[in-house]
Amino acid sequence: MSLKKIFIVMMCACLIPAAFSCKKQSGETIKIGAIFSVTGPASFLGSPEAKTAKMMIDEINGKGGVNGKELKLIVKDSAGSPEKAISFAKQLIEEDKVFAIIGPSTSGESMKIKSICEEGKTILISCAAAEVIVNPVASYVFKSPQNDRFAAQKIYEVMKKMGITRIGVVSSNDGFGLAGKGQLEKLAPASGITILISEVYDKKATDLTGVLTKLKAKNVQAVVNWSIVPAQSIVAKNMKQLNMKVPLFQSHGFGNIKYVKEAGEAAEGIIFPAGRLLIADSLPDNHPQKALLMKYKNDYESKYGEDASTFGGHAYDSLLILVEAIKKAGADADKEKVRDAIEDLKGLAGTGGIFNFSATDHNGLDINAFEMLTVKGGKFVKYE
Amino acid sequence: MSFEQLLQYALSGITNGSIYAIVAIGFNIIYNTTGIINFAQGEFLMLGGMTAISLSSFMPLPLAILAAVVITSFAGALIDFLFIRRLKSPSVLGMVIVTVGLSIVIREIALHIWDEKVRSLPYFTGNEISSINIMGAFISPQVLWVIGVSSVIVVFLGVFFKFTLTGRSMRACASNITAARLCGINARNMVTISFMLSAGIGALAGCVVSPITQTQYDCGTSLAIKGFTVAILGGLGNSTGAVVGGIVIGLLEAFSISVLPLAYKDAVAIAILLIILFVRPSGLLGKKEAAGLKEF
Amino acid sequence: MAMKKYSPVLALVICVIILQAIASLAGREYYLTQLTMSAYYCLVILGLTVLMGYTGQISLGHAAFFAMGGYTTAVMTTRNLIEMQGSAAVDLAVRLGLTVTEKNAYGVEILHLSPWVSLVTAVCLTAAVAFFIGIPILKLKGHYLAMATLGFGIIIYRIVLGSRIFGEADGISDIPQFALAGGLAVSGDPALRVQNYYIAAVLVVAGVVLLMNLVDSRVGRALRSIHGSEEAANAMGVNVARYKLLVFVLSAVFACIAGVFLTHFNGGVGPSEADVMKSVSYLAIVAVGGMANLWGALVMGILLNYLSLRGYFGSYDEFVFGSILIVIMLFFPNGLLKMENFRWLSDAAARVINSYRARGGEGKDGLS
Repeated sequence: MSLKKIFIVMMCACLIPAAFSCKKQSGETIKIGAIFSVTGPASFLGSPEAKTAKMMIDEINGKGGVNGKELKLIVKDSAGSPEKAISFAKQLIEEDKVFAIIGPSTSGESMKIKSICEEGKTILISCAAAEVIVNPVASYVFKSPQNDRFAAQKIYEVMKKMGITRIGVVSSNDGFGLAGKGQLEKLAPASGITILISEVYDKKATDLTGVLTKLKAKNVQAVVNWSIVPAQSIVAKNMKQLNMKVPLFQSHGFGNIKYVKEAGEAAEGIIFPAGRLLIADSLPDNHPQKALLMKYKNDYESKYGEDASTFGGHAYDSLLILVEAIKKAGADADKEKVRDAIEDLKGLAGTGGIFNFSATDHNGLDINAFEMLTVKGGKFVKYE
Repeated sequence: MSFEQLLQYALSGITNGSIYAIVAIGFNIIYNTTGIINFAQGEFLMLGGMTAISLSSFMPLPLAILAAVVITSFAGALIDFLFIRRLKSPSVLGMVIVTVGLSIVIREIALHIWDEKVRSLPYFTGNEISSINIMGAFISPQVLWVIGVSSVIVVFLGVFFKFTLTGRSMRACASNITAARLCGINARNMVTISFMLSAGIGALAGCVVSPITQTQYDCGTSLAIKGFTVAILGGLGNSTGAVVGGIVIGLLEAFSISVLPLAYKDAVAIAILLIILFVRPSGLLGKKEAAGLKEF
Repeated sequence: MAMKKYSPVLALVICVIILQAIASLAGREYYLTQLTMSAYYCLVILGLTVLMGYTGQISLGHAAFFAMGGYTTAVMTTRNLIEMQGSAAVDLAVRLGLTVTEKNAYGVEILHLSPWVSLVTAVCLTAAVAFFIGIPILKLKGHYLAMATLGFGIIIYRIVLGSRIFGEADGISDIPQFALAGGLAVSGDPALRVQNYYIAAVLVVAGVVLLMNLVDSRVGRALRSIHGSEEAANAMGVNVARYKLLVFVLSAVFACIAGVFLTHFNGGVGPSEADVMKSVSYLAIVAVGGMANLWGALVMGILLNYLSLRGYFGSYDEFVFGSILIVIMLFFPNGLLKMENFRWLSDAAARVINSYRARGGEGKDGLS
């Protein structure tokens, strides 16, 4: 019988938090939930995102909050697991009654909680890139990273100028790589490009000479590597080691100087589309994004002692969009008014580009958000 | 398929294979003295690589690697002192569970000591873009380092286990621990030594492969699974078997890429392992009787 | 006798009801969401407990069976058949009542296979796979068995991650609800939370009763004899291979059913469900529960999953499960929930029960 007794005690223990968490919330805070994969396989995304969000909230609260209200950030670490993201989203919406949710970091998780946020009438501003998150449009769901489609278009434009028609594609086996591969395949015929071979590699890959040999044998004129994982540096290194002379194009997932450092000399000459964060220093002073980019970059780098990446920038944009919309909607606006306010945001400069939202466009960025960059002397410079 | 291409696949297979083999050898050392499969072996590689990278910022590379090997060996000894010795009733199930737990804990500690970012040691010779032309196929000089270091380790272990007193005592513990104790061998110390040796070799491997594979807090697990596969394929406890097994798996993976999508590469390697386990559990080079004795 | 045997089950049922009552009365029904999810994971753990604790066969690949259930139903119920209407097979399915028509969140009309069909398919598929993989795998022992089950888990994970039909890394989203009989439905809709909690609870109670009977039966005695010594069991005329296989298939089916229900409850499934780390966390919970202890596994399964799913462990989630494995094996190899470890707690439990009784009146006296 003893076990039964223990059993009951344990079950009661589960409910202790319920009994003691009866604190009343003061009306002077706005709760914002955040679901990032701070640990786990997508930690290289979630970690800078969480750091950025915390930094920004501190800064806003230091300046007196939004509309006189303090912001309260509740960060949940989903470790990249959809089932946890689902659980956390429900928790944040029903229990913490948050005003909005920032994140998740990956598109798989975002897709899982899209309908939960829609039904719970809570604003979701995703930090994942896949276009399916905002297409079909769900009225409460937005995203801040640029569309894969525009990145693919940018790459194809450059290829056209270089006279490249036959390419090989390698991508990583995560949501980012999957979505990008899809866009490349979809847009290829219209751009007069033939994809001779398309391969997917593991995010934990250690050596990719095998698959690159396969590409080399097809005599491709260029390689596109669509990936966001650290293993993408290995592609660059292995290509040089295999003595492949064709140009290497990367996606906007290359937007972290860390990856350039990993690839070392092999990174020289890589061409890729990215937001302007990476070349903030060299932007003309009158560029609308310049001041914001420099501020974010300097704040982040001095606070955490590591290079700012476009991934952290997505969290910055998500929060920025939300805060601007709350300001615009006024002091006592509810979720629905703020949602409408987001759709009315025009010309908002963020780290990823200039956002112009509308009822049908819940991303707000166009192809101009991207700039073609290349690597020269271990640094990002504009590609011309 | 042209000859160059064939050769390139073979070289790619050998690259991966020698990485797997060097991990598998670490498994074998501990298995040989204790009959334990140390599921945390991959974490020794990660620890070695990470420590060397941190140290190399303020000391020359060879010294950093040496220090990393020594530090990781002590970590191995510590694991034995703190955990393995304390196991009250060591069963296979218990050992598997403890070492799986250790592997997770070490990984998470590494995440909080360092961070989630990927790092790597510089190439020992040349740099990221240097490659050697072998009859039309290309290979990074670092691969030669990996192959060289694995061969040295295999030879060193062969000599160590055959000709030194410590090595022979360790083998005695493996074949019959009670008899070894009766002969006056301190079996507990032998276990500690085997953990140190295995951790040190793991760390060395972690440093040598770091320029190729890059080092991240969670890179150990996937390497360990491959190493484990290879160790079983070659016959548990058999260092030569590990090298052969590593090359076989590496080549099979490389050539499977040429016909199958890359996404299924791991599944192919493991499916082969399962088939071998079902047909011949003692592995390619393992002795049937030996495997029979070692079953718990 | 029978009363005594089933009294813990009765206590479990009462616990389930009390929990719901407290949550509802306190206006905190949202706690039931994570309890429901934990209950489904518990179903996997219960099956694994019998396999590992009673039969002594380690499995590092049980998440694969869970994923097989989840993905089978996800693939079958998200395929929109409306364009294929008119083809003989689809028409036949419609006429047999094997399909469901509904509108999805974006107002598009969808005709999909009934989850009942996918449940049956998933169970048959999983049982068949477990049966055929079990025959060779269960001949192995020790490390070889651990490696083989681990390998099987990895293969399933790779297939799920690498195949377009399974959504690759994104998994499958927008899975419709599972309408059971009489207006009951497995779905994540907040309005259906209480009934979903009871659906999960009924499954767990049924699972416990089934496994309790199995463990106490002739089969159970045979299983324990296998754990003690396979050779001895064989010599006594126990068909070792058959019993091991039976339990392996049974535990796989438990995992599969849990997968099907949780997938419909969550409305989505991702490759992390098939991950090796998931299998390891199941293993950790079985170990904490005391290996051969259904009740221990149940309590710890609910507790740990509940805490993990609510994010109490923060960024230390995996660290917690890893440390549990080590601490339990080193200090409490017979599990945490043993009397000698918890003398003080059982005293406390007695007090709590007495106070419940005092409040609950005469009705519950038959309990003890």
